[in-house]
Amino acid sequence: MNPFTYSRVVDPNEAVTGIAAKPQGKFLGGGTNLIDLMKMGVETPDALIDINRLPLAQIEELPDNKGVRVGAMVRNSDLAEHALIRSRYPVLSEALLSGASPQLRNMATVGGNLLQRTRCYYFYDPAFPACNKRNPGSSCGAIDGYNRIHAILGQSEQCIATHPSDMCVALAALDAIVRVRGPKGEREIPFADFHRLPGNTPQRDTNLEHDELIEYVDLPAIPFASRSHYLKVRDRASYAFALVSVAAALDFDSSKKIKAARIALGGVAHKPWRANAAEKKLIGQPADEKTFRAAGEAELAAAKGYKHNSFKIELAKRAIVRALTTLGGMA
Amino acid sequence: MADESETPLGPDCGDLDELLIFGNPETRRQFIKQVAGTGVAITIGVNFVSGSGLTTEQPVAASPTTPGGDSVKTKLKINGKEYALDVDPRTTLLDALRERLHLTGSKKGCDHGQCGACTVLVNGRRVNSCLTLAVMHEGDEITTIEGLANGEELHPMQAAFIEHDGFQCGYCTPGQICSAVALLKENHAKSDDEIREWMSGNICRCGAYPNILAAIKGAKTKTST
Repeated sequence: MNPFTYSRVVDPNEAVTGIAAKPQGKFLGGGTNLIDLMKMGVETPDALIDINRLPLAQIEELPDNKGVRVGAMVRNSDLAEHALIRSRYPVLSEALLSGASPQLRNMATVGGNLLQRTRCYYFYDPAFPACNKRNPGSSCGAIDGYNRIHAILGQSEQCIATHPSDMCVALAALDAIVRVRGPKGEREIPFADFHRLPGNTPQRDTNLEHDELIEYVDLPAIPFASRSHYLKVRDRASYAFALVSVAAALDFDSSKKIKAARIALGGVAHKPWRANAAEKKLIGQPADEKTFRAAGEAELAAAKGYKHNSFKIELAKRAIVRALTTLGGMA
Repeated sequence: MADESETPLGPDCGDLDELLIFGNPETRRQFIKQVAGTGVAITIGVNFVSGSGLTTEQPVAASPTTPGGDSVKTKLKINGKEYALDVDPRTTLLDALRERLHLTGSKKGCDHGQCGACTVLVNGRRVNSCLTLAVMHEGDEITTIEGLANGEELHPMQAAFIEHDGFQCGYCTPGQICSAVALLKENHAKSDDEIREWMSGNICRCGAYPNILAAIKGAKTKTST
């Protein structure tokens, strides 16, 4: 690990002032990803600002039934087990509990989860010279390399990495709002605009500025999200990143036709992938396998596979069918 | 379940001067470190602080400080005892426990949060001590495998691991036991499948999983009756 200075802040404004003065500095939350990346030599901050004592660890209802506000320092395990989350947004609880291990979930924060970096082997190990995300302009080692875990949607010639978070897939489906504080004050970032596609700048994962602090994630009130589900398909039964995952919620009208749908995919793109095309296909349709399959086909129409990951295209379609079938059965 | 030759430092260890280190067969680690090291046995003060304040000072052999990093003064409360330390901020909690405080029960397996051998309890919650910095834990109550037993009486989970033969080589065992202690508190041991899922952060290379499962169930039965 490279040397760095360590400081601790207890006030969000102090955090923002502190990070603004350290262009190569980083906020330190749970540390589960950052410290690992520092050990690997992938992240080399010259200053760590410990934000674990910021007063941002609450989960509370927003007034006027507007939803639930989650502090950025809430630990993954606490969010997953919270009664409000389990009852109103089961997809989020399930996504969190499908990720990492109990130890890591006890450490990992909501804010840090949003800023997780990809698990692309070529990014994670500096022994590989080529990685445009780690070293812009060095090309992509994965495109012609071993790319089993890589993207099939929204990728570019510069980068085919995937976003590793489960929690963020649920947040994408739930249209969460990320509330951040910077030197000029607060702003809200809709979840769909928070993470970026790689394009020509894969070194930038998100649209968060260096001097901005994530303070809260707001979950809007979505009554039908009480009928929601997270399906994670992976190589092991537990403690593995998703090959493909699906966060879904369905609402039905009085004739049991689908009135509204929320679907997001994980493990397939550089960001949590909101499945707008699939959602559109579902509206007004009966909740049966034919409808679900058509939705999967529509979403994956633009997918492109590589040597080792083309199986993900069919896998994603089937995962959509299975997740929606589970929800249809809950109707 | 720590190796018997590992001697955690505490108030009961007395003053460990260098003569005693060389004369005491139980301090194998310090001996090897001084013989096999650079030849410079640096003795710095690790202050032992009780709840009522600074009571004594125990010199121990310390790793040479790494150049480039400014050290940070911090206090760690481990197994009910408070330690004052000057640490390089890069020091993980695991390295502080093992290399600075000689609490070598917590093991370094992968050092990347994947194997769980380093699991300790922070404020009663299980965490991977290899992925957190020592300086982040000022004021926290840290419990390691050395702190589970009540004097000579093993923690029920430790006793259960022995009774059910929940290990072969024993390297993952301190992490397994700390994790299992937290598991019961979390109430996630309601079925075999649930125990397996909620213990998935602790890898056993020997594959002692059936006996680990039996030990956890055994400890659960004993502590709930």
